[in-house]
Amino acid sequence: MQLPLLSILILLPILAGVVLLVLPRQKTSLIRGIALGTAIISLVITFYLFAAYDKTAAGYQFVEYMPWLPAMGISYHLGVDGFSLPLELMAGLVVFSGVMVSWKVEDRAREFFSFIMFLAASVFGVFASLDLFLLFFFFELAVFPKYLMIVMWGSPKTKEYGGMKLTLYLFLGSVVALVGVLAIYFASGLHTFDLLALENAGFGLAVQRIWFPFIFIGFGILGGLFPFHSWAPDGHVAAPTAVSMLLAGVEMKVGAFAALRVGLMLLPDGMRFWAPLVLILATINVVYGAFIAMIQTDFKYVIGFSSVSHMGLVFIGFATLTPEGLTGAGLQMFSHGIMTALFFAVVGMVYDRAHTRNLKELGGLAKHMPLAMIGFVVGGLVSMGMPGFSGFVAEIPIYMGAWKTAPLVAILAVISIVVTAAYILLVVRRVFFGETPDAIKPGLSDITLKDKFVVVMLSLIMILIGLAPSIMTTMIEGGVQHILALVGGAG
Amino acid sequence: MNLTTSEMMLAILPEIALVALAGLLMIVSMLKRERLDRTIGCLTAGGMLLIALLAFLFSMPNAEPLLIWGSMLRLDSAGFVFRIIFLVGAGLTAIFSCTEDAVRRRPEFYILLTLSTLGMSLMASSADLIMLFLAIETASIPLYVMAGIKIKEEKSVEAGLKYFLFGAMSSAMMVYGFTLIYGFGGTTHLYEIAENVTGQSIPLAGFVAAAVLVLAGFAFKISAVPFHFWAPDVYEGAPTSVTGFLSTASKAAGFAALMRFLLILFAAEHSPVWQALLSALAVASMFTGNLVAIPQKNIKRMLAYSSIAQAGYILIGLASRSILGFSGAIYYLIAYMATNLALFALVGWIGRKTGSDDLSAFAGLNRRAPAMAFAMLIGLLSLGGIPPFGGFFAKVLVFGAAVESGWTWLAIVGVVNSVIGLYYYLRVLKVMYVDEPLDATALKVKNSLWLVGLIICLTLILVLGVVLNPWFGFATWAGNGFELSLNML
Repeated sequence: MQLPLLSILILLPILAGVVLLVLPRQKTSLIRGIALGTAIISLVITFYLFAAYDKTAAGYQFVEYMPWLPAMGISYHLGVDGFSLPLELMAGLVVFSGVMVSWKVEDRAREFFSFIMFLAASVFGVFASLDLFLLFFFFELAVFPKYLMIVMWGSPKTKEYGGMKLTLYLFLGSVVALVGVLAIYFASGLHTFDLLALENAGFGLAVQRIWFPFIFIGFGILGGLFPFHSWAPDGHVAAPTAVSMLLAGVEMKVGAFAALRVGLMLLPDGMRFWAPLVLILATINVVYGAFIAMIQTDFKYVIGFSSVSHMGLVFIGFATLTPEGLTGAGLQMFSHGIMTALFFAVVGMVYDRAHTRNLKELGGLAKHMPLAMIGFVVGGLVSMGMPGFSGFVAEIPIYMGAWKTAPLVAILAVISIVVTAAYILLVVRRVFFGETPDAIKPGLSDITLKDKFVVVMLSLIMILIGLAPSIMTTMIEGGVQHILALVGGAG
Repeated sequence: MNLTTSEMMLAILPEIALVALAGLLMIVSMLKRERLDRTIGCLTAGGMLLIALLAFLFSMPNAEPLLIWGSMLRLDSAGFVFRIIFLVGAGLTAIFSCTEDAVRRRPEFYILLTLSTLGMSLMASSADLIMLFLAIETASIPLYVMAGIKIKEEKSVEAGLKYFLFGAMSSAMMVYGFTLIYGFGGTTHLYEIAENVTGQSIPLAGFVAAAVLVLAGFAFKISAVPFHFWAPDVYEGAPTSVTGFLSTASKAAGFAALMRFLLILFAAEHSPVWQALLSALAVASMFTGNLVAIPQKNIKRMLAYSSIAQAGYILIGLASRSILGFSGAIYYLIAYMATNLALFALVGWIGRKTGSDDLSAFAGLNRRAPAMAFAMLIGLLSLGGIPPFGGFFAKVLVFGAAVESGWTWLAIVGVVNSVIGLYYYLRVLKVMYVDEPLDATALKVKNSLWLVGLIICLTLILVLGVVLNPWFGFATWAGNGFELSLNML
């Protein structure tokens, strides 16, 4: 019998989270050890899944099935395909990095690492769910760790506002999606929440057109879709470093992924009908996010808005419904997850030492923390879509897809590359070069070994994908073919 | 099929046992007045458990529902499931009362609790208007006394009196409504009325007047807007364990009777009118409860408004007029009972430790008693409808029922309200986890019995949210027991 790896991947962090909560609070090193051990096991499992996935067979693999509530057609159905598996790997990497960079959290470390574990279980669960109810169950599981982590360890000034705003915004999005989910459940007449069955339910045109916006935008809120993106910068800035990494890196992908899995894949005609609107909103995301990022004076807000901008490209990729666009979107989700996690990690490292995030008060940090600078620059190059880095191989197909369906969108979105280059270079210059202001000098020191490890690991992955994109693309293309088959070969 | 007298006796064995338990408590209370402390609470809780067991052994309903005792009661799954709910609720309340200074040495309190449970049990299986009214009064009158049992405290006495006056008023309205229903139906038997009004052209205005009067009475029992005014004051003034009982078992009893009564209304041809009426109650309750809960400083008042809002969500299930809706409402009531009993137990505990029911008493609870803070978290998130807790699946069911019946707008109002609700639940979490405690001393749980009660509640919350299958089956079985389907065809 095959080991239920996906179940282990999801249940292990939950178990670790519960175990951590009952440990005595003084045993900080044991607590950290358990958290890191769990993160490493999760990472190894995701990596193994990634390596063992049969790319030629494609489709859903590592499937686990168990009836849960047969009377309602709810089942515990897990499985990953070429689209979701890279995201699992990305989540594994970001969770591991998040634990590593939070090593020095002393204040209520037990609760901190426990909540990270719950959050990890939630995202692993969403990516692997093949049952709509289960997907929703995992999706909502993230509500309380997110909220508590922001209000407990966030930045003092904005944590209460940012935490509450983020949580309520996302909860609103998810419950709006819930209404849509329930509506298509009853409309299908199949009495099942199984995604594979619902994929072939053949919903009527009216059903698809009415309920698509509920589901796509409801989940899309977590993906940062304009005009419901404003939780993202505020929430990311308010959150502690590891949570920003997880929120921007993984949670936003959870939103986009759910919008794809439920919205696009179950209601393809709805997607086709609403594609122009999604394209318009997503283009605003890309362009507006980039411009707003440029005028920010807070280091973390720059990254917060850059996430909004980059997630727009993912939605553009979805809305093109072309093989190029969807493949690009899949790769962009992976690449942006890694990139933004790296960004937020570096921001955290800078803030821990300089005790300010104001760009005007920072400077010359390259001398003090060279590796952090290098990591940030690599992330920046990915962000600009520089060839040789993962951002390039992700974004170019999206633009190609957009060019095929809506050239104007492609032209407008390309503007963002220039703006992105501008704000990234601006930030690099202000933070890492020039004179170091005296006010921040006393606290400066190089980053720790664990930090270095994270920076190097994440940077190398982005370069690796940039140089050899086929590691990812063959797998993602397999997933995309399945999606396109559902859409009816609109490409 | 007719049952012999002895078979009918078996069918109401739990009720008989409840009377016996009350008698036993009365005797015990005379025997050793000084050392009653916990014995009597344990005795009550143990008795409830035993009676629940008896119910399973001897009083399981047959597949075919039966009318017993001159058609006064109906032996069916709905009555049975609700009976178990009340017994569990009362048993847990007895356990939690053991630590409540105001009541733990008062044997009459436990006797009243037992008698009230008897009334509720009969409420859920009444098949006749007269029986229903008697049962409602049997359930309510002990509750009035229980709310005001702290005779030396003004607030408690006020609570008891207020509850009594509101209760008397709404009973009067309900009886008046019953007389009108009797006029239209020609009999006091609920199921016969349902048959008689089917297909009859009854003047809408008269029927609506009757229904509104009756619904007002039920709305009082379930604390739905606009008959909710008693709830915050009574919840605040009554001893906390009584508040827990009021907000769970008593509410469930109200819903049980309401569901049975709705048969008549749904049988009549003006069905959409009733659905509109119920959804209006639901919408008003949800918005009022959730919005007014936000500024509350006292946690018992906040939970009172939250309980008004919860009544609104459950009403969505009823308004959907389907088996799924009724089952969902029952599932909701079960999950809600476990959740609210746990929350009020914790509120009572904090109240005893800090001497305050204010929200500020919870400040920094995570530093003072992390396990209890986490228990509060579980309860609050279950109320907010977050997985993996019971409240989540309950909400999915009632919203699903609304969508299934084509009342999608009602589900949308419901989900919007969940967001508003989550706001103030999260704020309590913030107070517990972020705010600095006024007094940093650690709080310890001394009473192991109380802890057992709490653990039972928390386990139920989690199991209801994760295991689903047997509970949903239980709820559906009960929902089917009302035989709504017959009247909907």
